[in-house]
Amino acid sequence: MAGRAYLDAGGAAPLTPRVQEALKKGFEQGWADPWRLASESRTARLLLQGATEAVADVLGARPEWLHWTPSPHLGFERLLTGIVAARRGRERVLVSAIERDALVAAAEHASPHGLDTIGVSREGHVDLDALRSALSVPDVSLVAIQHANQELGTVQRLDAVAQATADAGVPLVVDATASIGHIDPPEHWDALVAHPADWGGPAGVGVVALRPQTRWLARWPELPGPGGDGWAPGGVSIPLVLAAAVALQEREESRQHESARLSSLIDRIRGTVALIDGIDVQGDPVERLPHVLTFSCLYADGEALVSRLDREGFAVGSGSACATGTLEPSRVLAAVGALTHGNVRLALHPGVPDDEVERFLAVLPRVIDDVRHQVGARGQS
Amino acid sequence: MASEGDVPEPAEGAPGAPDEPAVVVDARGLACPQPVIELARAVEGRPAGTVATVWATDAAARLDVPAWARLTGNEFVGEQDLPESETDGRAFALTVRLRERV
Repeated sequence: MAGRAYLDAGGAAPLTPRVQEALKKGFEQGWADPWRLASESRTARLLLQGATEAVADVLGARPEWLHWTPSPHLGFERLLTGIVAARRGRERVLVSAIERDALVAAAEHASPHGLDTIGVSREGHVDLDALRSALSVPDVSLVAIQHANQELGTVQRLDAVAQATADAGVPLVVDATASIGHIDPPEHWDALVAHPADWGGPAGVGVVALRPQTRWLARWPELPGPGGDGWAPGGVSIPLVLAAAVALQEREESRQHESARLSSLIDRIRGTVALIDGIDVQGDPVERLPHVLTFSCLYADGEALVSRLDREGFAVGSGSACATGTLEPSRVLAAVGALTHGNVRLALHPGVPDDEVERFLAVLPRVIDDVRHQVGARGQS
Repeated sequence: MASEGDVPEPAEGAPGAPDEPAVVVDARGLACPQPVIELARAVEGRPAGTVATVWATDAAARLDVPAWARLTGNEFVGEQDLPESETDGRAFALTVRLRERV
């Protein structure tokens, strides 16, 4: 019996020994309230500051621009609500059609009647003409566009997006929750959100970077004192923050080498699945994350594919409409005109060896064939 | 499930000339991926030019039928509303034209 292969490392990945060690160190040395005066507190504060500096450095930000949150979800909510509040009178919020649900929900919350969606191409690139045209009316509060898509893998052309928002004088919020730790961070943004669990850190922490010139107003009770950070009410967990920073450092140290390896594995998977009948491979084949791939199998149920692969020892994701039990299909897949059923999403992490991918590719055609027969489709091989 | 020469009555001005062969697949009440499976079954072996219409209540079919056409080298003609189904809500007629044998 072969071992397990975790090929669903989007938004969560196994913690490496070094990250686990950092967590342990965080609990041993960072348990005290960082805002008190005794040496125990000073130790905790130094750990927090060191972690903040390390993450800021990777993001190309200054430490004082960084805010830790209990999750990227809360980060989206506080960021968008605060910017919309500061720019009162401009109620429109522009988002791409393939933003994360959490970001779209935050945008709707921030501006209940002002949400405006910008379409994307078949490969998932934002329609720049539509964006410029939407920005030509001066009632836009903010634009929120992702750096890379967590399902399609497609990396946005943010230079052009940022040029458009800068020309219009509108702040650009970049959702980098799928990209940091995998590719170079984006250069142009007014605010940015990142997700440590996506780069191999622990769950339960998010990062917001806000440039000082980006106007923003707190819309929730702010507690007094240095620890009264409205972005993480009650304070952030220092062990989690420390482990998040160590995870990012570890990823960055091996990123050049690992991204080349994972990218060639994804190329190999792309090429192999494209040979199977009735497979729709999503996303931009070149301008993409090194480690993410989604493909859709005609005549197959996504949930069945995921459970069959799970039994074969492979953890994969699915964005299928059928699997979620909701009536509306995945917004991302709908926006790019993909098949909405039979989806398999792969996200490789650096701990995945090449031979596990080979083993996956060896069983995949049989699994697809079986699932197609199971739902009553004719043989497609 | 599929019947021949039975152009959906409610789809007024249905795409395709009346003399073209027509296939209707009633997939109302079926969840994805069944509508495209039924469609593929119904058109198997039919000649190029065949027009096939899928009736569906699953919202995903509105995306899957055009994607099916793209993936199988056929043509998606268009979508029309059908009267709401009492049990399954909104219903759609999705029409494709075969370019070659599927």
